[in-house]
Amino acid sequence: MPSRPAPLDRPLLLSATGLERRLGDRLLWSRLDLALAGGDRLGLVAPSGAGKTLLLRTLALLDPPQTGTFHLLGRPPAAWGLPRWRAMVLYLAQRPVAGGGTVAANLRAPWRFQERRGQGRWSHGRITGWLAALGRDAAFLDYDAERLSGGELQLLALLRGLQFDPTVLLLDEPTASLDAATTAAVEALLTDWLAAGARACVLISHDGEQIERFATRTLELQR
Amino acid sequence: MTPSSAGALTISDGRLALSGLLILVNVGLSAALRLGLGRSLLVASIRMVVQLLLVGFVLEWLFHQDQATLILLVGAAMAMIAGVSAVQRTRHRFAGIYLNSLLSVMASSALVTGLAVTGLIQPQPWYNPQYLIPLLGMVLGNTLNGISLGLDRFMDGLRSSRDQVETDLALGATRWEACQAVVREAIRVAMIPTINSMMVMGLVSLPGMMTGQILQGAAPAAAVRYQIVILFMIASATALGVFGVVGLAYARLTSADHQLRLDRLVRAAEAADGKAA
Repeated sequence: MPSRPAPLDRPLLLSATGLERRLGDRLLWSRLDLALAGGDRLGLVAPSGAGKTLLLRTLALLDPPQTGTFHLLGRPPAAWGLPRWRAMVLYLAQRPVAGGGTVAANLRAPWRFQERRGQGRWSHGRITGWLAALGRDAAFLDYDAERLSGGELQLLALLRGLQFDPTVLLLDEPTASLDAATTAAVEALLTDWLAAGARACVLISHDGEQIERFATRTLELQR
Repeated sequence: MTPSSAGALTISDGRLALSGLLILVNVGLSAALRLGLGRSLLVASIRMVVQLLLVGFVLEWLFHQDQATLILLVGAAMAMIAGVSAVQRTRHRFAGIYLNSLLSVMASSALVTGLAVTGLIQPQPWYNPQYLIPLLGMVLGNTLNGISLGLDRFMDGLRSSRDQVETDLALGATRWEACQAVVREAIRVAMIPTINSMMVMGLVSLPGMMTGQILQGAAPAAAVRYQIVILFMIASATALGVFGVVGLAYARLTSADHQLRLDRLVRAAEAADGKAA
């Protein structure tokens, strides 16, 4: 699939320019520019070890300062504040983590962060709607989060992120532990969610066909 | 004539040497079970004897001094040794860890011991070394344990909870929201030995200082009062020291940009290598 530049007729959400990242002595990438407009589904294509995960972490500003400038809706991170930035540029890790308690408790927990106070609360109806789309019933909410399978944990992490409607969703192998049917359901759910507002996502997947199916354009990282 | 020869029976050189034979129990056990502790036991025994005999001389000299500056300098040196030893028992290091430990030990022990000699026990003058130095020693010895436990637990906790902490950060948590569970657990763990020792105090353990006073012929009821004051001093100094050191470590291992900075953490062995290189 040829890489196309971000279209200019849609609003620019996130831009990162002049990115450079080193891991020890190794230069992972330099002079990397990236722009995401509403509706973009950017697939990251690169061999293992080229730093795909690090690029997503960089966009979420989870790592110590690196070279590069970042803007979200035209404003730099300092203007947003880092917690707000991460709430809007939300990174879903490759290995999801859940705390103690039920699935529902885990979905509720991040609503208590200072960042989200006064910004609404978790919506049971919305979550069960998504669960139905993923072929799960509401009983899933009462499962013990610490005893979920790898795939169920990925669903929990996905819903935990989606419920905040981030502007940019950074997905790191979101369906790696899911069966084909659920994977298709996740892709459909994400497509619907992205279409419902000015949103974009970046996807890492080891599955080339998924990138082909889901991404509207790709970014190739050289080793 | 020192006050010590007035109360308790004096232990002669010969009998002192004889007490050293008790360590043969350990040596025998180590040899029989091949614990490989023989060398350490020997070194530890010799160090203990030499250090204590030296301290005996130093204290005798110190108790005849009456300059506040000199006595405070000795106290500061004791606090420095405690601050450094607290770090040496931890498995990980970060730049500034020694300074953090020193600050926490010095601030907490100075505050608590200062309150004790000026308000609670009130020796004349307040810096009377016969009171100040042993009190400070008791406080430092216990604070040291708390600080090294708290530091170790905090660094370990951040490492093992890394994914959870970063998940919270990625969901928009502040660094405090993401790390507070680890901070709390570290402080809690560091306080447990102090609380446990107060629980069984007098029932299981007769503290060293009280034993000493009683052997000197002090009335047990009076010795007990000292012990109560000292235990409260220890508890509060440990709490302050642990709170300080874990707080400073938290500030160092996270950033104002709400990032986890575990890259600032190195294993103790590597830190030692780096210093040697």
